[in-house]
Amino acid sequence: MMAKRYLSIHEAHELLAKGEVSSVELTEAALQRIDEVEEKLRAFVTVTRELALEQARHADERIKSGEFSVLTGIPAMIKDNMCTRGTRTTCASRMLESFVPPYDAAVVEKLNAQGMVMVGKGNMDEFAMGSSNEHSAFFPAHNPWDLERVPGGSSGGAAVSVAAGECIYALGSDTGGSIRQPAGFCSVVGLKPTYGRVSRYGLVAFASSLDQIGPVTRDVTDCAIVLNAIAGYDRQDSTSVDRPVPDYTKSLVPDISGLRIGVPREYFVEGMESGVEQVIRQAIGKLEELGAEIDWDVSLPDTPAALACYYIIAPSEAMANLARYDGVKYGYSAPEAKSMWDAMEKTRQYGFGPEVKRRIMLGTYALSAGYYEAYYLKAQKVRTLIAREFSEAFAQCDVLVTPTSPTVPFRIGEKMDDPLQMYLSDVCTLPINIAGIPGISVPAGFVDDLPVGMQILGEPFSEEMLLRVAFAYEQATGWGERKPPVQGKGR
Amino acid sequence: MEYETVIGLEVHAQLLTKSKMFCSCSTDYADAPPNTHVCPVCLGMPGVLPTINRQAIEYAIMTALALNCTIAEHTRFDRKNYPYPDLMKGYQISQYDNPLSHDGWLAIEVEGGERRIGITRVHQEEDVAKLWHRTEPATGETYSLVDVNRAGVPLMEIVSEPDLRSPEEARQYLMKLRSILQYLGVSTGNMEEGSFRCDANISIRPMGNGGSTAKVEVKNMNSFKAVYRALEYEVERQRKVLEKGGKLVQETRGWVEEKGATVSQRSKEYAHDYRYFPEPDLPPLTISREMVEELRSRLPELPDDRRDRFMSQYGLSRYDANLLTASRAQADYFESCLELFPGGEGEKKAKTVANWLLGEYARLFNVTETEITECRVEPRHLVEMLGLIGEGTLSTTMAKAVFEEMFHSGRRAPEIVQEKGLAQVSAASELEAVVAQVLADNAQAVADYRQGREQALKFMVGQVMRATRGQANPQVVNEMLVKKLEEG
Ligand SMILES: [Zn+2]
Repeated sequence: MMAKRYLSIHEAHELLAKGEVSSVELTEAALQRIDEVEEKLRAFVTVTRELALEQARHADERIKSGEFSVLTGIPAMIKDNMCTRGTRTTCASRMLESFVPPYDAAVVEKLNAQGMVMVGKGNMDEFAMGSSNEHSAFFPAHNPWDLERVPGGSSGGAAVSVAAGECIYALGSDTGGSIRQPAGFCSVVGLKPTYGRVSRYGLVAFASSLDQIGPVTRDVTDCAIVLNAIAGYDRQDSTSVDRPVPDYTKSLVPDISGLRIGVPREYFVEGMESGVEQVIRQAIGKLEELGAEIDWDVSLPDTPAALACYYIIAPSEAMANLARYDGVKYGYSAPEAKSMWDAMEKTRQYGFGPEVKRRIMLGTYALSAGYYEAYYLKAQKVRTLIAREFSEAFAQCDVLVTPTSPTVPFRIGEKMDDPLQMYLSDVCTLPINIAGIPGISVPAGFVDDLPVGMQILGEPFSEEMLLRVAFAYEQATGWGERKPPVQGKGR
Repeated sequence: MEYETVIGLEVHAQLLTKSKMFCSCSTDYADAPPNTHVCPVCLGMPGVLPTINRQAIEYAIMTALALNCTIAEHTRFDRKNYPYPDLMKGYQISQYDNPLSHDGWLAIEVEGGERRIGITRVHQEEDVAKLWHRTEPATGETYSLVDVNRAGVPLMEIVSEPDLRSPEEARQYLMKLRSILQYLGVSTGNMEEGSFRCDANISIRPMGNGGSTAKVEVKNMNSFKAVYRALEYEVERQRKVLEKGGKLVQETRGWVEEKGATVSQRSKEYAHDYRYFPEPDLPPLTISREMVEELRSRLPELPDDRRDRFMSQYGLSRYDANLLTASRAQADYFESCLELFPGGEGEKKAKTVANWLLGEYARLFNVTETEITECRVEPRHLVEMLGLIGEGTLSTTMAKAVFEEMFHSGRRAPEIVQEKGLAQVSAASELEAVVAQVLADNAQAVADYRQGREQALKFMVGQVMRATRGQANPQVVNEMLVKKLEEG
């Protein structure tokens, strides 16, 4: 039979378990969808057709034998900054265009153990640096709700492929909003877990103290399912936290009565589109209707400092993380260099795109002798303050609710010449990485047929609470059920 | 003008852990082909993360304790950033402003006692890869090869205060430091193999004048001798510059063995701003006081304590005790011999064994450029040989020849004695004829003896010894001669 497009993980799993569909059929359907729309969307850097079919056949055997889990045989996409053994992992950079890792990222290993079918590697901003996917060294991805607009970034490919039915779920990574902002822009669910909840081993580092892997899914239930599979302590990642992993699907109860939900006023920033603000206020109204107590008077006064703090810490770490790409050991190596130093310089000159270079320069500057105290050290202090502010807010509220992004998806090219405007696109998401707390974006409605996401925040390791609120909201509204046209607006 | 020399040393010692600092690769790469002890972590591949080797931290703490340092309660790793192909990640994981330990001291022997040299800090980091710079003979083209086996091996950095006042003191400091590491069993301390490396900061200043001139950093010294020579050279060079009214510049200089000189290194690779910042992949470490005390209780007896014990227990001189305890292996050897040595007076036995170790052993180690760990003579074999001397089978002179043979061949003393017919002749019946002959041939000496000149007897004993090629037991010969002379 022809598999239904836009199945969720739990729906597909039910069909697989009943034998009404095979993993090969699901996979072929995904690959067929990719053939149909990929030319317009460019969500994939690499489509792994043969691998996917082989994994699907294997999954079908597992299902037949009765030993399978909810993720067995489900087609997925992995953002192209997570290492996949035998499949190139490019980070959408010329530097790693032909890099084939000899190892799997911890999350990939976990999903493989569950019988994942990987249909491909997701497009992204180069080395995850960007908010629009336009900084991919290969090609930008397009928003399925309006092909002339960006899907957000850096996990643009992940959000696009899930929204457009090219796979059932995806893994993204989030350093300053890179899962939540594209999830919001594409009307899918995206979760950035607490820092340390998911192993970063095998995730090509952008900013080590901020990076975290998380699910991009069609609904909140799927988000809980994928989080179950990837969360947990990993000896290989010393920053992962050794703490039990609950069954996150158990928190999916559509009941939020009596919960205290705070709305931090600093997140309704200057420059926020009125349409977005309206959608979010309506969404908050819905939460109130569902029985939550809304506190409109929450303040996080240090929020405006978060952007500056982020753009010191992230580039500083990135500067060091990207130093290994010198053309000596793997990846791109400049031909015809005159000397060792010349070879290293030319390799980096050609191998890195402009945004990556900009961040390397920012980081190099911020850490230079004489500037360290004024920039890096100060940023670390601000970071402590921001984290403290959040924890004070969570003493009063169970969760906080904000817009995921101050705007709807913007036009491709619109912010490319203005890095600062681009950076502002993450103003609502990056404080969350600075504080290390979890955040989820759920579809909250549309402005002129363009998606708006609502962000729900909680204290560290409160993923269950976030999922509960998101689930209740999703069940009551169903915004995620609307599917994108995969076409331009034809203006 | 009189100048005072100011030296501070920075030592890097590889730790003898089984695995590398941040991955599980084996550190035993000495005989391995290049790039065979590697994994994605120590190759610095994309996405990999370091994990701390607990053993390395314990070794570094033990070292810090042995050097009387304060162990930090909270310590963390930092990234030291500089681009060079021997650095797989483009940064070295090291420690910057929160080192594992700080403020200790080490005592060196100086005229009239000992002096404490301050230890600024002992911290933990990782080694870098080895580069092989090559020139293609046919084309003259130069290139470099990278061997990553060494990258990630745990490295301990031990920084001294600028408390050393001469190249000799610097040498003393290094010997003592190496000795301590060897006693702890945390490092081989082998400088030639590069597991123990030393850089020096040296300046000179007019005597009595507290201020200092420009500090010169000296690198590329690959042996204790090289350190000594390089520092001697620098003292002279700097003195000459100042005496000519010149000005010293702060710089890095490399020791060039063949030239016997230091040479300024003004290349790009030495002008760094390391842009240190806390390593985000490793959470800060908390070192519990329980762990520190547990490690302290595991410290072995250290060289200074052992020296003091050797002096009081065995009645050895401070000089001998220092020499014997300088290497743990030698001190262990010494004590093994004493344990195996049957009966007799403790101090006398100790003196005998000490004389052998500091005499014949030392001479032969020197000649063969080996050390006690490679010695083929086991303690029980030395004791066996000393037994032969004690029972009169071997004279001391003969014993030296026998020992040399033992030393080279690893064979045992009785075997050598028997094979070469070296046994001392003590039986009067075998010596009778020779004694008679010597008396007959030396009428003058006989006459002298009878006139009371003891010297003459010694002369005649010597003659018998010569005639028996040293095999006669001199005491027996002495007795026989006296008896004959009295009789006559
Ligand atoms: Zn390794």
